[in-house]
Amino acid sequence: MSAIAQTGKSGVKRQTDIILLRVIGYIFISLLAVICFIPFLLVVSSSLSQESSIVEKGYQLIPAVWSTEAYSMLFKYPEQMLRAYGVTIAVTAIGTLVGLFVTAMTAYVLQRKDFRWRNQFAFFFFFTTLFSGGLVPWYMLIVTYLDLKDKLIVLILPMLLNVFYIIVMKTFMSSIPEAITESAKIDGAGDFRIFVQLILPLSKPVLATIGLFIALAYWNDWYNALLFVSDEKLMPLQYYLYKMLGNMDGMRKAMIASGAVVTTNIPTESLKMAMTIVATGPILLAYPFIQRYFVQGLTLGAVKG
Amino acid sequence: MMRRGFWGYALQNKTLLLMLAPAVFFFILFAYVPMAGIVLAFKQYNNTGGIFGSPWNGISNFRFFFESGNAWMVTRNTALYNIAFIIVNNVLQIAAAIFLFEAVGKWFRKFSQTMLFLPYFISWVVVGAIAYNLFNYDVGTLNVMLKAVGMQPVDIYNTPSYWPVILVLVSAWKTLGYGSVMYLAAITGIDNEMYEAAEIDGANVFQRIWHITLPNLFPTVIILVLLAVGNIFRGDFGMFYNMVGNNGLLFSSTDVIDTFVFRSLTTSNEIGLSAAAGFYQSVLGFATILLANYAVRKYDKDHALF
Repeated sequence: MSAIAQTGKSGVKRQTDIILLRVIGYIFISLLAVICFIPFLLVVSSSLSQESSIVEKGYQLIPAVWSTEAYSMLFKYPEQMLRAYGVTIAVTAIGTLVGLFVTAMTAYVLQRKDFRWRNQFAFFFFFTTLFSGGLVPWYMLIVTYLDLKDKLIVLILPMLLNVFYIIVMKTFMSSIPEAITESAKIDGAGDFRIFVQLILPLSKPVLATIGLFIALAYWNDWYNALLFVSDEKLMPLQYYLYKMLGNMDGMRKAMIASGAVVTTNIPTESLKMAMTIVATGPILLAYPFIQRYFVQGLTLGAVKG
Repeated sequence: MMRRGFWGYALQNKTLLLMLAPAVFFFILFAYVPMAGIVLAFKQYNNTGGIFGSPWNGISNFRFFFESGNAWMVTRNTALYNIAFIIVNNVLQIAAAIFLFEAVGKWFRKFSQTMLFLPYFISWVVVGAIAYNLFNYDVGTLNVMLKAVGMQPVDIYNTPSYWPVILVLVSAWKTLGYGSVMYLAAITGIDNEMYEAAEIDGANVFQRIWHITLPNLFPTVIILVLLAVGNIFRGDFGMFYNMVGNNGLLFSSTDVIDTFVFRSLTTSNEIGLSAAAGFYQSVLGFATILLANYAVRKYDKDHALF
């Protein structure tokens, strides 16, 4: 187990302090774990509660009156939600693939010790994390000069690359022996080919980790949509949720746009929670499987960095 | 074939340069080109003139920003919140890491880490929904519980004074899993022999934590804290915007520079003011990062950013 709490070396007398530590530890960690988990339970429960019971008694940990009416409504008029899913999936897939490839490619060149200008380029990239022009010029560039508003690419391009990820990959790749590159060059291979056929396969762990981080960022992005998207057909999932949560009007409009009749009674409170679950659902489902990779990647990064 | 000179080297390594090209182009476009737009902070923007055609107005925008009292308020909020986040988050993460490493068994640790990491994966929009679920005056769980024990419900969304506490707790909640992994990795690297020696000398487990674990974590903490201090004027837009929204009542205690800039740009369309505040933040941020990095260098050269 742990280093500090090893028993046996000093006899029974020492047991009490370790027992005390363990008691405190279990209580403390359990409390934290519960606090982290309970809000999700609350949202699930609220989404499965009857609207009238919410209005009367509020959101409960266990529904006062069970009802799937919120989900029924969501799935009865699913058009907007499905479209939002489509947008998010497309953006995440394209963004992650392209972003990961370019990040890896850049990282590879930067760690090539025989590249004379690597430090200058590294500084070029790094400086962007120190100073920026601010929100306004960036916004005007994208909206006015590049005219990307309400186009799918605006959800992908602005957040494609991240200097931090380039650095992490560069660190990892520099541990790949130079001999591999050298001998490949002797065999006549070009730099790009070396990168694609030799380096990438050897970089699978860091590619997986960074890939997950990038994918998560894209999946959860709502900021770019908030700034640059007003077309209902182009709203990604989290932004769609944001609009629904914002006000009853937003929800009403979304439902009507999906086909509900104007006079339909909308269970606003439970619907908000149901929509939240639906927007987060895939992440929560995939979570147990991918959490391991995040922790591994972070641990490696922490040790190396 | 050796080529000499700048262009000679470039030609010889054209593949490598081409491989760098996409990233270079990306950052020129999205990071360096916008820097030219800083001039907007010194201009009276109008639509016909665009960025370069609009007339200059000196430091009027800055004057407006400072004289309206906004500058002080958002700066203060941003800095104070970041200080609170740094302290609370790091203390909790270190404590969690220590307990996870020392006090609990392997399976419990894995299981609880899964729980702790959960908040990191959701977007701030979802967190906003959870907050609504908890804090809404009429149907929120908090008030349901208060009323159940006979107490008065609290109007969270209308009371600025609750929010510093709320936001600090929410920030801790969201980052606990992520941060504790960092410290856990550092603790794992501490040499066993020190603990064994201490135990032989009669130190109990708490003394061993206090005298060995914590001092060995100190380098990691210092670096993380100093780097966080370097970013003390950058607020987490996602958190503040989704928790507070456009609730003007709460701005006095929750508005940070980032949300202020955003609103000035998108809601009130005050381009000059927004650009001035943004420039102010960039300059302040740059200065503090340089200072923080200088401090880290003095402490431990290897860990400095540059």
